[in-house]
Amino acid sequence: MSAAREAWRLPATALAARVRAGELSVAEAVESGWEGPAAQWEAEVHAVAHADAAARAAGAAAAQRAPRPGPLQGVPVLVKDNLCTTDFPTTCASRVLAGYRPPYDATVIRRLRDAGAVVTGKGNMDEFAMGSSTEYSCYGPTRNPFDLERVPGGSSGGPAAAVAYGLCPLGLGSDTGGSVRQPAAFCGVFGLKPTYGRLSRYGLVAFGSSLDQVGIFARHAGDAAAAYAALAGPDPHDATTRLSPAPDVWRWEHGVRGLRFGWPANLWREGVEREVIEGLEEAAASLERAGAQRVPFDFLPGGYAVATYYLVATAEASSNLARFDGVRYGFRHADSPDVRALYTRTRSAGFGPEVQRRILLGTYALSAGYYDAYYLTAQRARTRIRREYQAAFMRCDLMMMPASPTLPFRLGEKTEDPLAMYLSDIFTIGANLAGIPGLTVPVGLAAGNGRPPLPRAVQLLGPDDSEPVLLAAGRALEVRGDEARLGREHETEFAWPTKQ
Amino acid sequence: MSISRDDVRKIAELARLEIAEDRIERMARELSAVLDYAASLGQLDLQGCEPTAFAPAEAPLREDGLDERRLTPEMALAAAPEAEQGFFLVPPIVENLNP
Repeated sequence: MSAAREAWRLPATALAARVRAGELSVAEAVESGWEGPAAQWEAEVHAVAHADAAARAAGAAAAQRAPRPGPLQGVPVLVKDNLCTTDFPTTCASRVLAGYRPPYDATVIRRLRDAGAVVTGKGNMDEFAMGSSTEYSCYGPTRNPFDLERVPGGSSGGPAAAVAYGLCPLGLGSDTGGSVRQPAAFCGVFGLKPTYGRLSRYGLVAFGSSLDQVGIFARHAGDAAAAYAALAGPDPHDATTRLSPAPDVWRWEHGVRGLRFGWPANLWREGVEREVIEGLEEAAASLERAGAQRVPFDFLPGGYAVATYYLVATAEASSNLARFDGVRYGFRHADSPDVRALYTRTRSAGFGPEVQRRILLGTYALSAGYYDAYYLTAQRARTRIRREYQAAFMRCDLMMMPASPTLPFRLGEKTEDPLAMYLSDIFTIGANLAGIPGLTVPVGLAAGNGRPPLPRAVQLLGPDDSEPVLLAAGRALEVRGDEARLGREHETEFAWPTKQ
Repeated sequence: MSISRDDVRKIAELARLEIAEDRIERMARELSAVLDYAASLGQLDLQGCEPTAFAPAEAPLREDGLDERRLTPEMALAAAPEAEQGFFLVPPIVENLNP
């Protein structure tokens, strides 16, 4: 087996090192994932919304020509279809943006390219990032590579599934209420949602602007750290980015010895699957063996965050999605006698049912007579929720909790019950409301009873700018010990899905 | 139910969406379920909680400046469904300008 054909198995940092050493060309690094795993998986999993071999080759050639190779030299990345790219369509998996090609690259895309990485395609998603299963896509659903009868989570299910089956070692998604951390849990990969304002949102199609944050998928904690280091930092094109330099993930030298992790066990006393709790217990014991200390306390139940979120996020969405009217980009309804009919017919034919549902909900929450009762109350609840996290982080360095109350569920299981789908985000939404960072860490597979083994995961949450601590703890869980620090060579085997 | 069928018709008009008559009942039910769930916020003590519009970050101020990467009119119009002579083209907005 030649090195080039097996390149897709490598961690991103190791792949980049081989490209920089001249052992692999950028094109070989990029195509390895398409020739091996994608040929085997993609037809059934459907992680990719837009593939284009010519655009890919052009991207690889541009990286190969770069005068100075970067930290992600030659690393292929599948990016969610709501991040603007000049060389691939950007449609948010919606008919309303059919065929749209943006005239500019999102800042995170630009920084990926500056670091030597190559956009390998656009990942499937729930339309406009509204969903938790990647079933609400105009291109059809993505399936979970660990069990094709089950969903990969969402809304960034395409990049999560692609990183899991081996198309590429890194993926980019967006996380408004858990859309990176929940699919990462369902697909058994790392999923980092940075502190609000650390990754630029310029060129990320807006959903809930006060909640949206670009997030990172990776098979290894060190790869997530490398991507964060390449992408984070102020951007003059996004006034909500923080001006101070992003924390340096490589300077964390302490491992997890002495780290205090919060353990809010009241949150999983009911409504959480047994396998999820077993994963938590194992991860907590593993961190304790590495020298960390468990700090039990009760925390505000996640239901309040869900209630707050579905008022705030839908209100912001109803406003942000007003721009899709058939005038400037994408789809236009062909038969409209006047401009008002043009707006209404374009939007009604262009948006799918879940997007329409959320626009209506947000319109209601913002409408005269209901604003105080719903939107204003939700904004005040948001303040309370942020304070709850701040108080918790006086007692601990990070908190551990599930990323999702369940293992991956079956296709179609929740599409007919919007509220049930929303409750799938009960553990992730709080971080978006509070603006804090979170990391999903895979912790092995749950053996099946008449079904294939499914990924288990835990979620770590920390205060603003705690990404170095979260990633160090994620690394400790990955190697099941304190010794291998981020950036230090220590090969770990990823728990790959097996073909059924 | 928090939301009536008439409410659905009204907010659909505000949002420039057309909801078919046979979908209105179901939409009212689904939206009501979420709003009823949101009513749980009434149990939360919000004494002293001012509204948060954005997750607090540093509020950066900067000098005005021109962006060297600004869009040209051609780039801005390139993705339009219909454009003509440097303008986006839309159906009539005002009727009978010349009666």
